[in-house]
Amino acid sequence: MMSRPFLLAAVAALGSLLVAGSAIAGDADAVTASHAWIRVLPGNLPAGAFADFTNASDHAVALTGASSTRYGQAMLHRSSTEGGMGRMEAVDKLEIPAHGGARLSPGAYHVMLMQAKPAVVPGDNVVLTLRFSDGSQKDVTFQARPANAL
Amino acid sequence: MKLPRAWVLALGFTLALLAGCHRDAQPSWRLTDVSGHLPDLEFKLTDDNGKSVTAADYRGKVLLVYFGYTHCPDVCPLTLAQLHVVMQRLGTKADDARILFVSVDPARDTPQTMHAYVNAFDKRAVGLVGPDKDIEALAKRLRSAYTREPDKGDGAYDVSHSSAIYLFDRDGKARVLATPSASQDDMVHDLSLLIDLGAKA
Repeated sequence: MMSRPFLLAAVAALGSLLVAGSAIAGDADAVTASHAWIRVLPGNLPAGAFADFTNASDHAVALTGASSTRYGQAMLHRSSTEGGMGRMEAVDKLEIPAHGGARLSPGAYHVMLMQAKPAVVPGDNVVLTLRFSDGSQKDVTFQARPANAL
Repeated sequence: MKLPRAWVLALGFTLALLAGCHRDAQPSWRLTDVSGHLPDLEFKLTDDNGKSVTAADYRGKVLLVYFGYTHCPDVCPLTLAQLHVVMQRLGTKADDARILFVSVDPARDTPQTMHAYVNAFDKRAVGLVGPDKDIEALAKRLRSAYTREPDKGDGAYDVSHSSAIYLFDRDGKARVLATPSASQDDMVHDLSLLIDLGAKA
């Protein structure tokens, strides 16, 4: 027979495990990524990362950020050419609708990657850890492609 | 009825001439026709080899002028990649055209960084840099604009800029205007027409 304190500790441990478990799985599990790629620019210029997402769950999921061991900084951005002006803004999230899809694509939502270390060259596979609004995460491999890839 | 051979030939020539005249007078552009609405191309800037250049140095070439900057991670690369594909589709004809990528970020873009940048897209692309006042003069001339946005920290900043692509004929006259969302087919069509205008037979 287990002692009461031990039992409590075990329950607490199990509880935190479940919480941690849901943080890792959760929304990230419902999302599938495909055509994940990075446009590599010369020197140490910032690069854009793009991918197609589908959400198999029955609720909307929001991509809220990304990080990578290969880059010092990764930010969720949106470019636009509305009114004939090309501009860029930081955004909080990209919504992926229930049973639907959303894209990070050139000229629209993208992850801006800065300070590559070591330099990323076309052909490299780079893992980005994507974060979702419920705290869950997903590692996705992005293929580095040349500057003039479409 | 049988026409004399000479007559048929003459008729053929006349038709060819008429067709030629018609096309020269009013090319059927698919992009936005700006002929006569913008001044001729004029500038004095530095190219990506560090050489001082003026618009006159590019007379004889059809020009695609686009404003941007190398720290632009998305829209500029997308546009330049699209222009590269358009040039590819024209084959050897594209040797008669140049992409002029004009930096709106004089503080960070040097001929060296521009050289690596434009060559990553197309070997017929030229990067142009210059002091703010010279870039501004060219932008104004083309009714274009750019604004340096506030610093985002670490000295990083974006530059908002007109996203239009200006197509100039071999004489430096503005002919058509494209947006980055223009279809590739339309770009190929108009660029091809422009190259045919005044091409040496």
